[in-house]
Amino acid sequence: MAHAYTPGLRVTRSTVLQKERILPLKGNVIVNKGDILSSDVVVAQTELPGSVFVLKNVVNQLGCDPDEIYDYMTKKEGEKVQKGETIAENKPFLGLKFLKTKITSPVDGSIEKISEITGQILFREPPVPVQIVAYVDGKVIEIIPNEGVIMETSATFIQGIFGVGGETWGELMVVADKPTDILSADKITPEVKGKIIVGGSLMTYEAFEAAKKNGAKGIISGGLNDADLRKLLGYDIGVAITGSEKLGLSIVVTEGFGDIAMADKSFRLLKERNGHKASINGSTQIRAGVIRPEIVIPWDWDTEVSKETTDAERGGMSIGDPIRIIRAPFFGMIGEVTELPSELHVVESETKVRVLKVKFKDGKEFVVPRANVEIIED
Amino acid sequence: MTEKFEKLDVILATDCGSTTTKAILIEKKGDTYRQTYRGEAPTTVEAPFEDVTKGVLNSIQEIEDLSNRKFLDGGKIIMPADGDVGVDAYISTSSAGGGLQMMVAGAVHQMTGESAQRAALGAGAIVMDILACNDKRLPHEKIERIRQLRPDMILLSGGTDGGTISHVMELAEVIGAADPKPRLGISYQLPVIFAGNKDAREQVIAELGQKTALTITDNIRPVLERENLMPARHKIQDLFLEHVMAQAPGYKKLMEWTSAPIMPTPGAVGLIISKISEKLGFNVVGVDIGGATTDIFSSFESVFNRTVSANLGMSYSVSNVLTEATLPNVMRWVPFDIDEQDLRNRIKNKMIRPTTIPQELSELMIEHGLSREALRLAFESHKLLAVGLKGVQQERSISDAFDQSATGASLIQMKSLDMLVGSGGVLSHAPRRQQAMLMMIDAFQPECITFCTVDSIFMMPHLGVLTTISDKAATEVFEKDCIIYLGTCVAPIGNTKDGDKVMDYKITMPDGNIISESANYGDLKLIKLGLDDDKLPIEVPIEIQPSKNYDAGEGNGKTVKKKVRGGVVGIVIDARGRPLKTNPDRKKRIEQILRWTSALDCYPQKGGGR
Repeated sequence: MAHAYTPGLRVTRSTVLQKERILPLKGNVIVNKGDILSSDVVVAQTELPGSVFVLKNVVNQLGCDPDEIYDYMTKKEGEKVQKGETIAENKPFLGLKFLKTKITSPVDGSIEKISEITGQILFREPPVPVQIVAYVDGKVIEIIPNEGVIMETSATFIQGIFGVGGETWGELMVVADKPTDILSADKITPEVKGKIIVGGSLMTYEAFEAAKKNGAKGIISGGLNDADLRKLLGYDIGVAITGSEKLGLSIVVTEGFGDIAMADKSFRLLKERNGHKASINGSTQIRAGVIRPEIVIPWDWDTEVSKETTDAERGGMSIGDPIRIIRAPFFGMIGEVTELPSELHVVESETKVRVLKVKFKDGKEFVVPRANVEIIED
Repeated sequence: MTEKFEKLDVILATDCGSTTTKAILIEKKGDTYRQTYRGEAPTTVEAPFEDVTKGVLNSIQEIEDLSNRKFLDGGKIIMPADGDVGVDAYISTSSAGGGLQMMVAGAVHQMTGESAQRAALGAGAIVMDILACNDKRLPHEKIERIRQLRPDMILLSGGTDGGTISHVMELAEVIGAADPKPRLGISYQLPVIFAGNKDAREQVIAELGQKTALTITDNIRPVLERENLMPARHKIQDLFLEHVMAQAPGYKKLMEWTSAPIMPTPGAVGLIISKISEKLGFNVVGVDIGGATTDIFSSFESVFNRTVSANLGMSYSVSNVLTEATLPNVMRWVPFDIDEQDLRNRIKNKMIRPTTIPQELSELMIEHGLSREALRLAFESHKLLAVGLKGVQQERSISDAFDQSATGASLIQMKSLDMLVGSGGVLSHAPRRQQAMLMMIDAFQPECITFCTVDSIFMMPHLGVLTTISDKAATEVFEKDCIIYLGTCVAPIGNTKDGDKVMDYKITMPDGNIISESANYGDLKLIKLGLDDDKLPIEVPIEIQPSKNYDAGEGNGKTVKKKVRGGVVGIVIDARGRPLKTNPDRKKRIEQILRWTSALDCYPQKGGGR
């Protein structure tokens, strides 16, 4: 296969990004093509059908058979009802009041169905409004009728490897001096309120707690310990499908699990864009249809940017490419490709694989499986 | 027999997986079918390509290059074969886009619910949830669940023919109220199959006919004592093609190309396992351990069952294996100590970068420990589902049927298991075959005499769909090219204490030499017995005399005389007892694991520890 290595994560100073903003169900688009929007503007909205409640045993309470239920109903299918309102009642013997049974609605809403077969009554609550916002500062370049819009922005764009929490935005606040700095609680001050904190290497649990307490919107760091992730979520993640966590802030990890320094280039870019507004999304899905967490830091409208080449367009790995090792024994180390032998090589585990030679900063060279590196993308 | 073609000399088969499309070429050489070439290419269902046929053509192109045979003309497969050009049949399976994800519903969870689950799993689906009138969830919770999961299809069952209809209608009303939307494609209706009480059909049509793409088929439980799964299974596979596959990019074109209907990958694997079990008269257990899921297939006394453990796998789901198995269970297979935080971080890093491979020996050993646990857990789930009703012939009493799940005996009787078939990267691509054999023995704990094999290049899906056009081609390729014969595991049942004699055994080797030895409790030994000139396993007689507390198949202390087969590993004499126990003492356990892995020469000596 042409690409026998993990495609790199994109880390780019300036690129033109397009973001689809689509409703989960058809609805109304409320902005126009060409509109320049801020991240928090609603672009489309719809109504999700309300929750359904079911009253079972209605016929037992009324003392009738299911096919007689309509004779006892005081409300019809489709009619609006209020919680506690009588919807059915029986006809007691000789009109004796103490034998009268009233069935009341358990919710505000309407009667969805009265079943003559099962004798149950289904209620539907009022619809729930759903809105989709722009998420990034940018321009509406396309309207998808009844579904949503495509936003375009020119931005600094950094993909993370893993994240939790959904979309959020705020001003970037770099609190690390260098990419190897651990993000500890003492670096978190009340100034982080409403901001997205950028650390260096490991983000500690205490730092997360302090950031949350002080009202930060998000944290970006190089690494995170699995134990801390479990602690902050309250459960263990077995499969990397995230984004719906309600943590109060979103997290983007750029390198992986453990104490790993953020890649120089990512840190440099975040430092350069310190103080600018960023949109981040911790959503991660590592299965077919990979979704990686992202950091989008839009440029001003008048900044000229060009679309940069992606890994797919470059067509593979070459000698001289900067790479990151993504598995032991050199996990997290950054180096440069010096050789790409075509023949298979047997590594220590006796696995027969395609390899490459990498040179690290100290000048030492090692052989590693190509599957265990990723290109650091421009 | 399923010989449907007059001339069937050249067959091309593909399996479109989530990430890779694998193509194989099968050719008739003389009177025998052999797999000759293979090629693979990334699957192209997703952006930027969004056309599955591109990956299919790329994988076929690889075979063209290797075989110097022309298959393609202007992006189409040439059929039929003529000289060095074209093929007589092209077939395919698919699990791209996450496979077939279903919800099933049955009036009583342990009865029609479980039957519906077995029907869906056997057709190759992942069962996301089972709805039942007695599942203790409130109706609105069930409705929310349907909306949240957005399955590809729902199988609704419930009630025996002529019985009450109110329970199945209760479920139909729940499905109707959810107004379910399929996972793929905003504009088409969700396929719902009704396979319940035939007297409820009219009412079900009235309830769901407008809201869903409703199909009616025979009741999966026409009477309490009989299960009738095949009509529902066939309907699931038809709808998979018509509704689900047709929504996936490029599949309409692919469906026009194939000489037989495209099958869900696990459904096809199930077919070949059943076929082999039937042909050899063997009870077979097959496993496919992938990155995200582990499928177990079994065919015992002609009853086929399949289960899928959706979150037990070696990469995407590896972290979940640790969560479900727990750290001590994984580490009991690893002959060194490792800091817990370090191990947990390593496993999470594998989860987020699933394509990496173990470079260091210690990492390989950890992966093998995780694989044993994933296999063990998946097999435990399988044993729980493969219970009760034995196909359509066997009848059960009402009291049996009510207790099906809780007390129904598992069909999986390890003592009568004849053959284990392993597949999936960690087993098929283990650097040494002994590693695959020991992983399977430790995880499945075969009892008495069991033949162990692995699928060489995960060819079983191709061969499964091939059975629909030619049994002969499928079974011949299975025996000659698909399977790597590892050897036989001899493991008497029982447990005593270290040093106690478990058995005496005599094996008459092909050269007439007789190996006559004893094995004590805790021993694991390897006797080399390989393959013949046709690469088929050599068979030799064995006589086992178990000690009084051990059963080698005929009862405690009773002599067993049978034939055992060799393979690339040989005969493994496993006197570690059943159930297999590792020593609770850390130091002794490490010694024990090192002794066992050394006995089979599983790992290089250097770096055996850390």
